[in-house]
Amino acid sequence: MAVSTSQASAPETATREIFMSEALREAIDEEMTRDPTVFVVGEEVGVWGGAYAVTQGMLEKWGPDRIVDTPIAEAAIAGLGIGAALTGSRPIAEFMYSDFMGIAMDQIVNQAAKNRYMFGGKAKLPLTYRAPFGAGTGNAAQHTQSLEAWFAHVPGLKVITASTPYDAKGLLKSAIREDNVVIMFEHKAIYAMRGHVPEGEYLVPIGVADVKREGDDVSVITYARQTHHALEAAEQLAAEGISVEVVDIRSLYPLDTDTILRSVRKTHRAVVLYEAVRFGGFGAEIASQIQELAFDDLDAPVLRVGAAHAPVPFSEPLEVASFPDTAQVVEAIRQSLQGVY
Amino acid sequence: MAEQSPVSTNGRAGGDDASNGVLEQLSDDQLRWIYLIMRRIRRFEETAEEAFRAAKMRGALHFYIGEEATATGVCAALDEGDFITSTHRGHGHCIAKGARMDKMMAELFGRTTGYCGGKGGSMHIADIELGNLGANGIVGAGIPIATGAALGSKLRKDGKVTVAFFGDGAGPTGAFHEGVNVAATMNLPAVFVCENNQYGMATHADFANAAAIHNRGPAYGIPSASIDGNDLFEVYATAKTAIDRARRGEGPTLIEARTYRHKGHTVLDQKNYRTKEEIAEWVARDPIERFVRAVNESERLDEDDFQAIDGQIEREIEHAVAFAEASPWPTVDVIERDVYVE
Repeated sequence: MAVSTSQASAPETATREIFMSEALREAIDEEMTRDPTVFVVGEEVGVWGGAYAVTQGMLEKWGPDRIVDTPIAEAAIAGLGIGAALTGSRPIAEFMYSDFMGIAMDQIVNQAAKNRYMFGGKAKLPLTYRAPFGAGTGNAAQHTQSLEAWFAHVPGLKVITASTPYDAKGLLKSAIREDNVVIMFEHKAIYAMRGHVPEGEYLVPIGVADVKREGDDVSVITYARQTHHALEAAEQLAAEGISVEVVDIRSLYPLDTDTILRSVRKTHRAVVLYEAVRFGGFGAEIASQIQELAFDDLDAPVLRVGAAHAPVPFSEPLEVASFPDTAQVVEAIRQSLQGVY
Repeated sequence: MAEQSPVSTNGRAGGDDASNGVLEQLSDDQLRWIYLIMRRIRRFEETAEEAFRAAKMRGALHFYIGEEATATGVCAALDEGDFITSTHRGHGHCIAKGARMDKMMAELFGRTTGYCGGKGGSMHIADIELGNLGANGIVGAGIPIATGAALGSKLRKDGKVTVAFFGDGAGPTGAFHEGVNVAATMNLPAVFVCENNQYGMATHADFANAAAIHNRGPAYGIPSASIDGNDLFEVYATAKTAIDRARRGEGPTLIEARTYRHKGHTVLDQKNYRTKEEIAEWVARDPIERFVRAVNESERLDEDDFQAIDGQIEREIEHAVAFAEASPWPTVDVIERDVYVE
């Protein structure tokens, strides 16, 4: 089985372009084929095919014992995953929107995350939670949040997120095979993004960041959809001779600090870019790690770019302006280079 | 008991301690096991309380004393591989599911030899191998987990049943509703056993729950029963019917067992919310004494049987305390160990 950590190393001969939602579906389908204890459970995962079509057609293929529709009951969905995982299954439990995880918070944080530790290491929870997150869909304050920092803060959970179909498939397959609780946050605005995904088996390991673009002058450390804003900004600035490195962390916990530090020690400047509310977001952890571990390598303060301190507004111009876009990233990179804040 | 409907209203028609034929269905070995388990629970907790008051352990202890017939009667009706989820008041469930008292005591003492290596304590004892999916510090939280275990069994077709134990204090929680409703909609092999011991801390069950918990069975379209939780035989018979039904694939049952905790909420208790008379009334309905009386009347076991078991338990208890006290404390290098499967 090929383990590849970067898109560039995927075999060119076998690549084809598919949507991220299809890549995720392939990951689930392949793992269900590989392991009969894998099943999907969640709201509208069956007949409807998943709110973002990830499980489309799977009920027909696998039947209701492998693609399990539930009523609207997020605490129960989280608990279904825990109970089934503790007793020998390998569930993939889907929250229709990560915003709804609030209802299941006790099950995720006090139960799933802690069972193994509380029970002295004798419990095993091979459990994957999938959760669409992020903005750009016009669904306002209760359907567009980025709450990943809540979960990355809790020992016992692993938290991952992908920026490309290739990573999405490889990461989700790794998550399903993990004997730990993994939460995969899937950015809603890029489900319909197409990208190269090779035919056949590969995994993307959890806890390994990927340098999506190499550069020398400034590092942008980011994840999920914002990776694309960083790449666009890098492209724009390249025309001016500014060389930007883009690091997609892919995994919030465990965090690949080595790759981040290697990049920062090369460029001496760091912009941390994330779509969550800037204050108290996961970017603060990244910025803090950089200043603690690479302070002497920095030529400028670490800059954070994140969302406005407000619930997500509905009206399009408001929503668009609430979140980092390419122009803001370009501006932040310029600020970092000038040391002007 | 399979033909008996689990839907009853207010206990059996028979006299207080008559077993209504249930005793006759239990073998002598089963009767000995039931007595052993109930007495183990009681003596374990009495001993733990002494150790706590002697400052040999810390944290919180929630005593099950007075409720022994419920855990014991239900677990007597379970098969070895079946699953349970437990509560913060969980010592009884652990022992009834087969837990060792030495490892439990060591856990209460915070030692490496405890069930959780000292990382869980009284409220988090689990033994997945035995089918005990864990005591739980969050009221109601075991219910969705039990539903999940039951879903797993249905999908894996392993023929197992899961019992969720919870108290009257879990009745008002959202987890109760979500867990029971989903189990009912999916027709899962689960049995929900509410141990109504009358109080959630100082709050009476009738204040906390708008109507009796067993009344919710029809709302979920599942059978329910309201039983005397201090009557071992009624608990066993009702649980057996519900467990058999679940195992046949006919779905969940909700059982409300009325019982009482003789002790306070924890070792520390305000003692201002119930009367001495009320406590005395329930102590007079002690489940172990009632069981012994019924067995004595049936002449199935004699005094020697009970004494032999008592003697065995005292030796076990003595060993458990000595084992716990002699066991090493965990070393700090394990703090971040077992957070994840490496």
